[in-house]
Amino acid sequence: MRKAAIPFVVFGAAAAWLAGPGLGTAADPDGQAFDRIAKGRYLTTVADCYACHTVLDAGKPFAGGRPIETPFGIITSSNITPDNETGIGAWSDQQFVDAVRRGVRPNGSRLYPAMPFPAYTKMTHDDVLAIRAYLATVEPVHQAVKANTLPFPFDIREAMRPWDALYFTEGEFQPDSSQSADWNRGAYLVQGPGHCTACHTPKTSLGGDKSGDNLRGFNLQGWFAPDITADTSQGLGQWSEDDIKGYLRTGHNRMTAATGPMAEEIVNSTSQYNDSDLHAIATYLKSLPARQDKAPAQAGQPVMAAGQAIYRDQCSACHGLDGQGVAMLFPSLAQSSLAHASDPTSAIRLVLRGGRSVATKAEPTAPGMPSFGWQLNDEQVAAVLTYIRNAWKTAAAPVSADAVGKARDQLRTRSD
Amino acid sequence: MSRKLPKKDVVIVGLGWTGSIMANELTDEGLDVIAIERGPWRDAPTEFPPNYAQDELRYRIRHELFLRPEQLTFTFRNKMNQTALPIRDWGSFMPPNGVGGGGVHWNAETFRFLPTDFVLRTHLTERYGAAFLPEDMTIQDFGVTYDDLEPHYDTFEYLCGTSGTAGNLRGQIQEGGNPFEGPRSRPYPTPAQKQPFSHTLFGKAARELGYKPFPQPSGNLSQAYTNPLGIRMGPCTYCGFCEWFGCGNYSKASPQTTILPLLIRKSNFSFRDNSEVLHINLDGSGKRATGVTFVDTGGVEWEQPADLVILSAYTMFNVQLLLHSKIGTPYDPVANKGVIGRNFTHQTISTVNGFFDNKKFNFNPFIASGAIGMCIDEFNGDNFDHGPLGFVGGGYMGQVQTGGRPIQSTGVPPGTPKWGAQWKSAVRDNYLSQVRPGTGVHGSFYSYRDVYLDLDPTYKDRFGRPLMRMTIDFHDNEIKQNAFLTDKFAEIIRAMGAHTLDKQYRKAPYDATEYQTTHLNGGAIMGTDPATSALNRYLQSWDVSNLFVTGASAFPQNAGYNPTGTVAALAFWAATAIRGQYLKNPGPLVHA
Repeated sequence: MRKAAIPFVVFGAAAAWLAGPGLGTAADPDGQAFDRIAKGRYLTTVADCYACHTVLDAGKPFAGGRPIETPFGIITSSNITPDNETGIGAWSDQQFVDAVRRGVRPNGSRLYPAMPFPAYTKMTHDDVLAIRAYLATVEPVHQAVKANTLPFPFDIREAMRPWDALYFTEGEFQPDSSQSADWNRGAYLVQGPGHCTACHTPKTSLGGDKSGDNLRGFNLQGWFAPDITADTSQGLGQWSEDDIKGYLRTGHNRMTAATGPMAEEIVNSTSQYNDSDLHAIATYLKSLPARQDKAPAQAGQPVMAAGQAIYRDQCSACHGLDGQGVAMLFPSLAQSSLAHASDPTSAIRLVLRGGRSVATKAEPTAPGMPSFGWQLNDEQVAAVLTYIRNAWKTAAAPVSADAVGKARDQLRTRSD
Repeated sequence: MSRKLPKKDVVIVGLGWTGSIMANELTDEGLDVIAIERGPWRDAPTEFPPNYAQDELRYRIRHELFLRPEQLTFTFRNKMNQTALPIRDWGSFMPPNGVGGGGVHWNAETFRFLPTDFVLRTHLTERYGAAFLPEDMTIQDFGVTYDDLEPHYDTFEYLCGTSGTAGNLRGQIQEGGNPFEGPRSRPYPTPAQKQPFSHTLFGKAARELGYKPFPQPSGNLSQAYTNPLGIRMGPCTYCGFCEWFGCGNYSKASPQTTILPLLIRKSNFSFRDNSEVLHINLDGSGKRATGVTFVDTGGVEWEQPADLVILSAYTMFNVQLLLHSKIGTPYDPVANKGVIGRNFTHQTISTVNGFFDNKKFNFNPFIASGAIGMCIDEFNGDNFDHGPLGFVGGGYMGQVQTGGRPIQSTGVPPGTPKWGAQWKSAVRDNYLSQVRPGTGVHGSFYSYRDVYLDLDPTYKDRFGRPLMRMTIDFHDNEIKQNAFLTDKFAEIIRAMGAHTLDKQYRKAPYDATEYQTTHLNGGAIMGTDPATSALNRYLQSWDVSNLFVTGASAFPQNAGYNPTGTVAALAFWAATAIRGQYLKNPGPLVHA
């Protein structure tokens, strides 16, 4: 077996996050070695390639064809099985690396950032090639996919050139030698293969990261992907390391449960992370600075009284009069950052439409939240959410009936 | 012609409590299992969420969760010389339908039978002599003992998280529990539910009369619980919508809240809903089942081959499928021969409503759960001397406040007009200050030669199969038993301070239109003699050794308790026998 043997000691403690055996300058290792494939399979799971490149229940892993919703229209994922004609079987390793880390296709045209190459560029060359090694072993599927289904003018791939110039910075993750090895590994996973930023970092109107607001939450696909910094009211400030690890591993912790797109992410990806990587992610997220927002406007008394009455009738059976819920079963609304997020999209959606929490091997129960959209009008939903956001030593901006009405209209057209 | 599906290791008919238990046990063994369920898929948060599950009109009055008689019904008569007619609206019992079966809509009383209930004929004969039993009473021993089943009762209670107070812990009588129960190896997994005011008052009155009241063991949980399968349940909210309703609060034990979340994710388990099994198929010898044939909603017939067939439907459907599949000899009450259909039983229920001074008593009847209650067991089974009384059997009794639901909680004192201003005023005056025990007296129903199931000679179902015919009536023994128990119960209600009692004795003839319980039993009973039982002590068919039949159809007679705990314990017992004995050496586990 050919293996690059660059000793870790060269990089000191800050390099230990690189679990891989080599960096880009080394000769590429044996793509068919068991440990390469095993490492690649793990990284493919960490990077969650499966989620976008597989149509649910179609029995064709990585064969593409899944529609991906973007603010600019629908993009269809490509076939990344090793089929020579319709997949990536004929690609060279360098072509694969260029696509994953630079967003450039073998013919030189540009990928859309629905493929999270702005995050994957931070991956090491070696990690990308390990993924390549694993994907070369999956069953080839002959399935041509028309990837570009965007409307004009977004269907012009050439437009991606200036976008790349504005928002894309190519380059591997650079460890911070002032931080621990765990922190660096966590930062690498979150910013690189885990591509948490793709959903959780606010975007500009053109879909580029607002880099100053790293991981402070973003509204997409009908949900608000919450702030996952250490902010105590909006983010994970009240979460212990075990809370973060438990959530990523099982979809549930003492305060909340995953639903929506994060549920799928947990099943396909984070539930299979190893313990030291979950620890590293928790270490990194807990270090992210809290937002310094002004105190939100106080909710008016009549609305709070109305909201409390609805809460007692409709919500307290599961979530409790004190908002504490039942650990691992019914989320604690007093503590859930989803309930108190600056953007109440997810909370409104859950009340209007209900939702199902994720089922994992460790937590198979998958409790559900009923839909109240048929029962409560916009004012009532606004009142109960305003109450929930302000009832238990917490303060969050009131939810307006107008916002609920708009969400209701948007949900009518959503099939997911 | 039916279309043939790929063969499975096991096919299970019916995905209720026992179907789910068997499927989980046998998939754990590594077998490839499919369940065929006549009704729809049902899941708590989607089918009975807490924001509309508490709808008495929809579920209680209009029977939403139950089988539609248009799909399948039975004919009914009291006596062998009568002509049976089809039941067109459910009354005295409620046939379940759909995934979860009766486990969806039960009250969740989770009792164990008394040790003597399993050896009933032997015990009563030894104590009172054979001549003490009515001549036409056909009670038998189960063929298993309480000690055989104790570990399996325990498994079921820990699966459900049952809330209760132990009365007999490894032979040591425990204060506050039921001193008559058989020894249990461990305490209940969760403490008893908190008792509302009327229950506390009942307990006090019973104690003053010299009885030992205990909290009813409840599958509505007193606190959050995680079962051994890793499935989580929440605390009961005392909403009082349990029996007839599904629980969307994850607090009533059901297949949905204790087994299915794990089972449906196993790769070696699958199921088909809305698929009605027509018959079990046999090979040319008639001694071996080859699978089942079912029909889907499109009317297409499918054959599901399997090495092992588990019949896990409701009592009535188990017996009906055996008869339609020509397995076992049909019971003939005249010749007193044959086994399929014999020892059919139900329950003997009565109550006493007590009316109290509404200036002094406020019972808040809406604070309730299906299995919350204070009970006494002094008059159950053979816990008391029947010698001077001239009957056998008994039951538990208690103040079991199952709900203050608006449509059916309008009890008024005897003599009140049935409608109009006076009725309304009486409802208003008495709603908060009356005791209306859901099942005040819950008595046994022993088996008789002329109470049985067979195929109706006239009426047929939509497939042209004869409907099953119920021939059932109360015998003097049960009427005497009930009168004695109801009077004893009334004494306690009186001692609570009621100024007016309304004693509602159970009377003959058996009335198919008035609800009692859904505890129909027997018809495919277990035992030690193939001449008088359909199944051996492991619920294995004497005639077809790769067929096991679970459920209360195996009870030779019914005890004075709710059956679910025993039904589930028997399912675990049979599963253990299949896993430990049958699979190693398929064939009869007992040689007749």
